[in-house]
Amino acid sequence: MRQLLRTPTGVIGLALVAATVILAIVGPPIWGEAAETIDAGAALQGASAEHLLGTDNLGRDILARVLAATRFSLLLAVLATVIGVGLGLLLGVLPSVLPRRAARLVTGAVNALVAFPALLLAMFTAVVSGLGARGAVLGIGMAIAPGFARLTQTLAASVAGADYVAAARLLGVPRWKIATRHVLPNIAEPVILNVTAVLGTGLVAMAGMSFLGLGVQPPEYDWGRLLNEGFGRIYLDPVVALGPAAAIILAGLGFNMVGEALAKSAARTSASAGPVSAAEVAPDDSAPDADAVLEVKDLTVTFPGGVTPVRGISLTLAPGEIVGLVGESGSGKSLSAFAIGGLVPYPGTVTSGRLRLNGTELTELGQAKRRKLLGTSMAMVFQDPMASLNPALTVGGQLAEVATVHQGAKRSAAWARAVDRLKHVRIPDPEKRARQHPHEFSGGMRQRAVIAIGLMGSPKLIIADEPTTALDVTVQRQILKLLREVSADTGAAALFISHDIAVVSELCHRVVVMYAGRIVEELPVSELAGGAAHPYTKALVASLPDLDTDKGEPLAAIPGTQPAPAEAGTGCAFAARCALADQRCGERPPLKEFGKAHTVACWHAGTVEIEVATR
Amino acid sequence: MIIENLTVRFGSFTAVENLTLEIPPGSVVGLVGESGSGKSTVAKAICGLVRYEGRMSGVDPKRVQLVFQDPYASLNPRMTVGASVEEGLSALPRGRRKDEVERLLSLVSLPPEFAGRYPRELSGGQRQRVAIARALGARPELLVADEITSALDVSVQGAVLNLIRGLQAELGLSMLFISHNLAVVRYVSDVVAVMHRGRLVEIGPAERVVGAPEHAYTRELLAAVPRLRH
Ligand SMILES: Nc1ncnc2c1ncn2[C@@H]1O[C@H](COP(=O)(O)OP(=O)(O)OP(=O)(O)O)[C@@H](O)[C@H]1O
Ligand code: SF4
Ligand SMILES: [Mg+2]
Repeated sequence: MRQLLRTPTGVIGLALVAATVILAIVGPPIWGEAAETIDAGAALQGASAEHLLGTDNLGRDILARVLAATRFSLLLAVLATVIGVGLGLLLGVLPSVLPRRAARLVTGAVNALVAFPALLLAMFTAVVSGLGARGAVLGIGMAIAPGFARLTQTLAASVAGADYVAAARLLGVPRWKIATRHVLPNIAEPVILNVTAVLGTGLVAMAGMSFLGLGVQPPEYDWGRLLNEGFGRIYLDPVVALGPAAAIILAGLGFNMVGEALAKSAARTSASAGPVSAAEVAPDDSAPDADAVLEVKDLTVTFPGGVTPVRGISLTLAPGEIVGLVGESGSGKSLSAFAIGGLVPYPGTVTSGRLRLNGTELTELGQAKRRKLLGTSMAMVFQDPMASLNPALTVGGQLAEVATVHQGAKRSAAWARAVDRLKHVRIPDPEKRARQHPHEFSGGMRQRAVIAIGLMGSPKLIIADEPTTALDVTVQRQILKLLREVSADTGAAALFISHDIAVVSELCHRVVVMYAGRIVEELPVSELAGGAAHPYTKALVASLPDLDTDKGEPLAAIPGTQPAPAEAGTGCAFAARCALADQRCGERPPLKEFGKAHTVACWHAGTVEIEVATR
Repeated sequence: MIIENLTVRFGSFTAVENLTLEIPPGSVVGLVGESGSGKSTVAKAICGLVRYEGRMSGVDPKRVQLVFQDPYASLNPRMTVGASVEEGLSALPRGRRKDEVERLLSLVSLPPEFAGRYPRELSGGQRQRVAIARALGARPELLVADEITSALDVSVQGAVLNLIRGLQAELGLSMLFISHNLAVVRYVSDVVAVMHRGRLVEIGPAERVVGAPEHAYTRELLAAVPRLRH
């Protein structure tokens, strides 16, 4: 609702709809009597102070009649919509429930009906079922149904193709249950949005029927009927026709605008950036690291209800450095990356003592400036390249857009740079490929294209969140090589997030291990295989199967589960799964220096050395 | 299950071509290959989710279960984890379903409280474990696992692989195990099959394929396996 009030379309639409509904409620009691009062002496008058919109052939006040007719007009539109939407939903969902052949029959019938002119369908139904309000409502309902059925079908088909529906089918869940449990709830939102717009269309169509004399018959009257009565006099007294016409248009427009604004705000909420505040954490007083590309101190991500998936992590990346962020799924790796990129989804909040990108404190910038800085000096690559690409646009066009939007480049220059960047990420035949759409690319090529988008600016930092998890090993190897080259060529630092510790060990210079929202160990990659000090890191290394693992033995695995963000207590979060845990572990171990460029948060990590402040 | 001359076409594109493969009862056949080589299409054909040409015999099609690759698409976002897992338990009396859901969740090392959660509150790895629990609940004769561990952490991957081998020994479960990770495939499978561009290029006992690969593509795959630097 609040979203709705943010656009002018939404505000105007909502005001119109509210006015219509209020009039529908209060209209008849207030003006009902005046609307029926016959005054033969005042028949067929034009506009006057007494009758603002003139009078009809029986001398009744047209303004009063228009206002009083609101209820009936709206009621008829609602009835027609209910019939049309109900029928449409039924026809639309049936194909995903029926056996294949019957489904095809329904789809074919709907397609034929959609092709049939809606107005003819409405008139035909209205005439067949008898002139009058009832026939017109049925007719409009029939005219609404095929379009709505088509919409439902399209939506349902995309849901019916989802893996979870396939899974339910494999489990033997009956068809009707698949429809009610899986399909309908997942299409409800867009369907409801559309009903609002359909209501507007229904209102106008209903008035049209009455206007043509196929709808409401005297002595009953709705807006369409009033328009019909006034229309004959339009050259003499235009105002008598304008009143009802304005009512129809304004009300119809109102519903359509609300529908449109709703649809837009629904599309937007899924992509909105999260709020950023630095309120709770005191800014760090120590001098910032002048050379660092990224300097993060005490970064915390909180969701309402005390859920804190990221708890005060600190991280520094030097130019050209590739740092691996590893950890169990749910340890907060992705959210940390989102927080740095300002992408934490609503209602999450991000706090930080310091969040500097290339020497600029991000939290001190306004939204627009911040987005611009991130857009030009940071590149993000995600696991699913399709999520970062628009399927409707050519790949080259999407790359060029970065240059025209963020850098204000000319179109031809932007296109040339796009082709050059595609070439840079080793996409063969870049001129031709630039003109293709993402679906014409293979998975590995799409990921290259996403990296190329990041390279349109001059990124100082590349954040790659599981960029190769969806790819097979040979392609994975190529993408890793590309990331390494890009970092070496441009001097960009890279934060590489992965749960695959072997991949990290091949690519990165330094490894940061996260557990339950905290960094538990940070070490040079050369130490990983033999010198890890935290029991969790050690277990991670041990549980990795390789080509010589003994098949007779069970794989090493860490018993138990990582505590959920809301349940990580005050002690060491790993204690429940740790073989070394003792009384002391009831208190949370601080991150301490353990060796050269090596820090660990564990009471029993070995010899204790100088304590490093972590807060 | 015996698969003979399996061919799957999408329009003019042939995703799987003339594939013949046997999954002997109680054994695990591993299928490796690059992305787009047709591994997932084979899985979908076996489960009857795509139209195919060829013959399949040996297992009741109703007792085949599939664990999907993408944990973000395989759970209904509007259903709780418990409700999703319960979908496969229609054979059990209503009263016992809740306990069974808890047992299945603990099998995949998830706490019982997760039954009340929605998929959006779970990380990718946690979702995948739910999907595995759901498939196991239906007590399948043939389990098709399509990249089920590629979204899991190594620390949990070990437990899931151990679990799957345990279940297989205990229930005589046959399995088609699809993965891009040769080390993982080798560890769980008795037989390894290698796919390249829709065709089978090599098949043999796991140790032989890994130890003495015959096809050039298999050697390429082996060379690309990431290893921990020592
Ligand atoms: N919108 C949200 N609301 C509430 N909790 C959330 C939300 N998004 C994520 N979480 C929780 O935050 C924790 C960290 O999630 P995150 O996605 O950062 O994990 P991750 O380390 O990237 O895991 P994976 O390896 O599975 O991708 C998880 O426990 C998750 O359940
Ligand atoms: S602090 Fe204690 S419980 Fe935590 S990892 Fe170290 S030994 Fe284990
Ligand atoms: Mg993640």
